Amino acid sequence: MTLTPKRPIWALSSWLFALALMAPVAVMIWSASSANHDTFLHLWQTVLPDYIINTLLLGGYVVLLVICFGVISAALVTRTNVYGRKMLRWLLLLPLAMPAYVIAYIYTDLFDYAGPVQRFLRDIFAWQSPQDYWFFDIRSLFGAALMIALVLFPYVYMLVRTAFECQDPQMIRAARSLGLNARQTFFKVSLPLARPAIAISASLVLMETLADFATVQYFAVNTLTTAIYDTWLEYGELSTANAIASVLLIFVLIVLVSEQRARAKQSHQVNSRQHIEHVYTLTGIEQIAASAFCWGLVVFGFLLPCGILLDMAWRYFDVEQFNTLLSSGLNSLEVSFYVASIASVLALLFVLFRRLSQVKLSALPLKISGLGYAIPGTVLAMAMLATFGPLDHVINDLAVQFGFNAPGLVLSGSAFAIVFALVTRFSAIANGTIASGVEQIPQSLDYAPASLGVGLWQTIRQVHIPLLKSSFVVAWLLVFVEAMKELPAVLVLRPFNFDTLSTHIYQMISDERLEQGAIGAILIVAFGLIPIVILNKKEKNH
Amino acid sequence: MFKKTLINSALAICAILPTFLAQAGEEVNVYSYRQANLVKPLFDVFTDQTGVKVNVVFAKKGMAERLAREGIHSPADVLLTTDISRLIELKDKGLVQRVDSSTIEQAVPAHLQAEDDTWFALTTRVRNIYSSKRLGDIDISYEDLADKKWQGRICTRSGKHPYTVALVASMIAHHGETKTLEWLKGVKANLARKPQGNDRGQVQAIHQNLCDLSLGNSYYFGNMLTNKDQKEWADAVNINFPNQGDRGAHINVSGVALAKHAPNKANAIKLMEFLVSEQAQQMYAETNMEYPVREGVKVSDLVASWGKFKADSLPLTEVAKNRKAAIKLLDQAKFDL
Repeated sequence: MTLTPKRPIWALSSWLFALALMAPVAVMIWSASSANHDTFLHLWQTVLPDYIINTLLLGGYVVLLVICFGVISAALVTRTNVYGRKMLRWLLLLPLAMPAYVIAYIYTDLFDYAGPVQRFLRDIFAWQSPQDYWFFDIRSLFGAALMIALVLFPYVYMLVRTAFECQDPQMIRAARSLGLNARQTFFKVSLPLARPAIAISASLVLMETLADFATVQYFAVNTLTTAIYDTWLEYGELSTANAIASVLLIFVLIVLVSEQRARAKQSHQVNSRQHIEHVYTLTGIEQIAASAFCWGLVVFGFLLPCGILLDMAWRYFDVEQFNTLLSSGLNSLEVSFYVASIASVLALLFVLFRRLSQVKLSALPLKISGLGYAIPGTVLAMAMLATFGPLDHVINDLAVQFGFNAPGLVLSGSAFAIVFALVTRFSAIANGTIASGVEQIPQSLDYAPASLGVGLWQTIRQVHIPLLKSSFVVAWLLVFVEAMKELPAVLVLRPFNFDTLSTHIYQMISDERLEQGAIGAILIVAFGLIPIVILNKKEKNH
Repeated sequence: MFKKTLINSALAICAILPTFLAQAGEEVNVYSYRQANLVKPLFDVFTDQTGVKVNVVFAKKGMAERLAREGIHSPADVLLTTDISRLIELKDKGLVQRVDSSTIEQAVPAHLQAEDDTWFALTTRVRNIYSSKRLGDIDISYEDLADKKWQGRICTRSGKHPYTVALVASMIAHHGETKTLEWLKGVKANLARKPQGNDRGQVQAIHQNLCDLSLGNSYYFGNMLTNKDQKEWADAVNINFPNQGDRGAHINVSGVALAKHAPNKANAIKLMEFLVSEQAQQMYAETNMEYPVREGVKVSDLVASWGKFKADSLPLTEVAKNRKAAIKLLDQAKFDL
């Protein structure tokens, strides 16, 4: 009895798709080998070390902040009677819907020297110039880290909360019966047990941070992404830019490997749906501080920026924007739909291949296809052009040879390149979601039908697919939203007269008039809320 | 009967087909470094007049890279840039072609077009120094920005922005690399804050008393004065034309070129001719507050009120030639860090 599909088509298609997704990256690395040493040396001797330090600092700050925000809020929501606990449980997820570049703009407006907050303080205290007082400088490296952390901490919160909620109640009871109080139990048992969840979510956040382009650019913080841009577009040396991108890729690989290790250690987690009743009762000042912390995150990460966007949209509404908005909105929907559908179907293929095939290295397609998540959109876009540009030429030449009209740039000059780039970038999300879904299916279910003489395809169709339906939907939605928010790749790759909501907003932001793009930003946020609401509903039904 | 219908329809198709084909061809594709909303009004007028549809892709960065990759299958016809270096980069990379049009040739002054007719300037703009009204009337040069007396009083946008790069390139052309690096370090030491934001943001900072001086293009002043939210900032500053005592103020151009493999060449030239026409040049002057290149087209009244000025006579090609050196110096001075 074997479950390995007899026809090699499955293995073949898994490998083929995974490698196809990564081919552009290979092209990029290949091109890096012909980097101009003089330029690289010049950069190394001047600004590159600062860029690297900035990148590391940014990553470090963001990780510290998201762990601080995410773990504390998860602990308070699961283990204490913090005010509004039931509502906070899902409200704390909302910041995920907010693109970092949007809140960066909003908070700069608010907290900059010229913003209303500092103006108000100056009016009250009669300060005249910046020398008269100290105020947190938002357009700084730490400011950028704070902005990114404010919208990404829900990743940590979500995973750590689940870890806390799913911890084996037996273990907690044992600790309590051995004389530990609720606080000690938390720090000595619950928190250490949640370590893998913290590591996984923090590494996700770190990868998002390394790929960020718009926020750091707006804050004039120079990171490796800046260096890639500069080298490519200012020095005009694509291959040197690719070399720097490869340096960035190394950072990301390190993160990736440590994440995999953390995942491997996750095995001692018990998936229990029994809730732990030991609620630590907060009183007085503790309650105030804890509530202020959690509600502060919700307010600053979501409610306040949302309110400001709504206010902008209301005050600056004009009918002329409506057409632009409609067309860019439809483009966004279309692109995101394709990206989400393709990424989810591919993820299903990779995950089931790993699970059911006994072929050696069957886990590799899944891993390889997840690498794209680590590649900044700008770099991916360059890789797309490098790969599909020449392919287009071949297609055109062939067409002409066979007597047809040249079809033009059907791959690199159409939405195809955007969809391809975004599938490469966000496959990891679909992979992760569906992989964790498949782990919930007991191994015995793989074999039981086979022992009854049911074939492999039928087993998949009748057992795995129905059981994976909900993870598939979640994966689809998560990718959909990310594709909608993605900016740098779309910016480089978009064809004629083709704007998406994110490029529309970016143009407004780079023009320092987000007011006129506010409705677009609200739409992105609104779409981002859909999966959060569905996830939340799904959880309630459990 | 049936045969007759068939013949009729065939005839009808033959009659319709040419117009259909012609219509399908009536368009022109523009790659633009300029924000789409700045050029759209111009294109709308062009479409009204000629019936040619204008497709625009706004490529803030990487236009040359994109054109090179697209090669002979590139859909691009007309290329619009906001900086001389970008224009010449397109030419140097062999991405543009000669334009054979006496209309354009005659409309644009000789020093504002390529000798080989591969690019043409559409407007010129000055890199001004804005100063706080608190300082009163001042006479200032770019060199003065490195003077210690302005320590902590200068604001500017990123050094890597093409407008700043072009200014630095002109400094290299005048003073050589060593002196320019010194100057850059001096300016850097005088900055009130790390380079950030756009040209308007610097004026806002002067209004807020964060700094006294800033670098900014001329047309922003006009645009801010006519914007109800930004008038307050512009009212806080004077616009100065630097180096009036010696070589004159640094100018840059926005320009146009014809893509090498333009599929709609005839329409492209039509559009280029329109852009240098009196009507389009007048629109540039009135709505964007730029200096039109066409002789006889007046600047807007507002721009005229800033007075006449002496412009640096350094050939624009010299600025473009020093672009890469300028970027290297900016990195060496760690200007943006």
